[in-house]
Amino acid sequence: MEILRVEHINKSFEDTSVLKDINFSLNKSEVLSIIGSSGSGKTTLLRCINFLEKPDSGIIRVNGDIIFDGENDEYLKEENIRRNRLHFGLVFQSFNLFPQYTALENVMLAKQLQAKKRPDYKENKKQILADIETHAKGLLDQMGLSDRMENYPHQLSGGQQQRVAIARALALEPDILCFDEPTSALDPELTGEILKVMKELADCKMTMIIVTHEMNFARDVSDKVIFMDDGIVCEEGTPDEVFLNPKQERTRQFLKNYQS
Amino acid sequence: MSLFFEQFPIVVNSLNTGFLQTLKLFALTLLGAIPLGLLICFGSMSKILPVKGFFKLLIWLVRGTPLMIQLLIIYYFPGLVLNNPIWGGGEGGRFVASAVAFIINYACYFSEIYRAGIQAIPQGQDEAGLVLGMSRSEIFFKVKLLQMIKRIVPPMSNEVLTLVKDTSLARIIALQEIIWAGQSFLKGSQGISGAIWPLFFTAVYYLVFNGILTVLLSRLEKKLDFFR
Repeated sequence: MEILRVEHINKSFEDTSVLKDINFSLNKSEVLSIIGSSGSGKTTLLRCINFLEKPDSGIIRVNGDIIFDGENDEYLKEENIRRNRLHFGLVFQSFNLFPQYTALENVMLAKQLQAKKRPDYKENKKQILADIETHAKGLLDQMGLSDRMENYPHQLSGGQQQRVAIARALALEPDILCFDEPTSALDPELTGEILKVMKELADCKMTMIIVTHEMNFARDVSDKVIFMDDGIVCEEGTPDEVFLNPKQERTRQFLKNYQS
Repeated sequence: MSLFFEQFPIVVNSLNTGFLQTLKLFALTLLGAIPLGLLICFGSMSKILPVKGFFKLLIWLVRGTPLMIQLLIIYYFPGLVLNNPIWGGGEGGRFVASAVAFIINYACYFSEIYRAGIQAIPQGQDEAGLVLGMSRSEIFFKVKLLQMIKRIVPPMSNEVLTLVKDTSLARIIALQEIIWAGQSFLKGSQGISGAIWPLFFTAVYYLVFNGILTVLLSRLEKKLDFFR
């Protein structure tokens, strides 16, 4: 079942065209990896999907519903953007945890703020907050951080911080979890623990879009791979198609550079 | 020496009254300038150009001219130029005019410290809040405010200590604060005249009060040390 469809997305920064007519789709429970050299537009594409950048044109659909249409300003209203971006979770390269909150509080914060808008919040406040805490603890436990819940971000290793960030993104139960080079700020040892968590999420049938430079991981975990170059989708297919039998010369060149 | 001991209780009593006025001006300035500074800060960072321009101009005017001149203008301008003495006469009017001048002046300085504090917070904090579905105000109050406070405590401490001493400038419009009280014994007051030591002795009040503030502010700084 198709969960995401991106159609004709274009994005420019002043005179520089960064995304040129991007089209792709993703089925529920699939893992899509986006690879490509730095500056190819991978991160900008992810940021457009998460509304951190506004595409100049194009359409984004989730579960068949349009959530962005460059022709219609209605989708740019802040309340619409806020609602629609909750279809996605985003894990950043630099974690971006909130430093003044413990790991557990980081995971709970957004859900607590959302809960305040519930009509039954005042009546069932205790129960609602207890449920949020139980859910958050469960997620941190799943990330192997049950003994680190009360630690502040600066007391955690990079790998632990990134796992908290993953739990924080999962807390809002997004349809699609996006990762923007989640291991680029980590040393090889810590990279392994993040990739392991992501592999487990893939095994649990979490729909994911991963911008990564980890080629082996992308090949092993993905159902679909997109190779981007100079703002276009240069090649798209299964991992075997893209990694073993690339059709485009540019893809071959890129993969060759990676292997050497 | 015996003369000094005779004068001492009279002088201290008078200085205490003056220092109370100093403290009132100090407290009211902080109470007004801390929130007003935030408002001016938001104005100076506004995306609406006329709003931004207005607040930038205000900050430039206030920071570019001496506080003493601002005190004189705020106190005398309505009465002498506009024929509308809004402050009223007497000590009460002088106090209100002083407080207004100090609040505007310090709010402008605070606003720039706030701006630096806000701009020093990595953009990733905003983005993390946004992707978690938070509104701009939720991001400011729940994510950025405490981080900003932590960053601005050291420069704000400087300003607060300076404010304690700057209150003495209100002497220029004859506000009866501690310097005024000390100086009055030079000209003659309560049977004491030609005494300069009361004026010098006012320094002890400033020193002790700033000492207490320094301890309190460094405690606050330590309290915010739980995160980085």
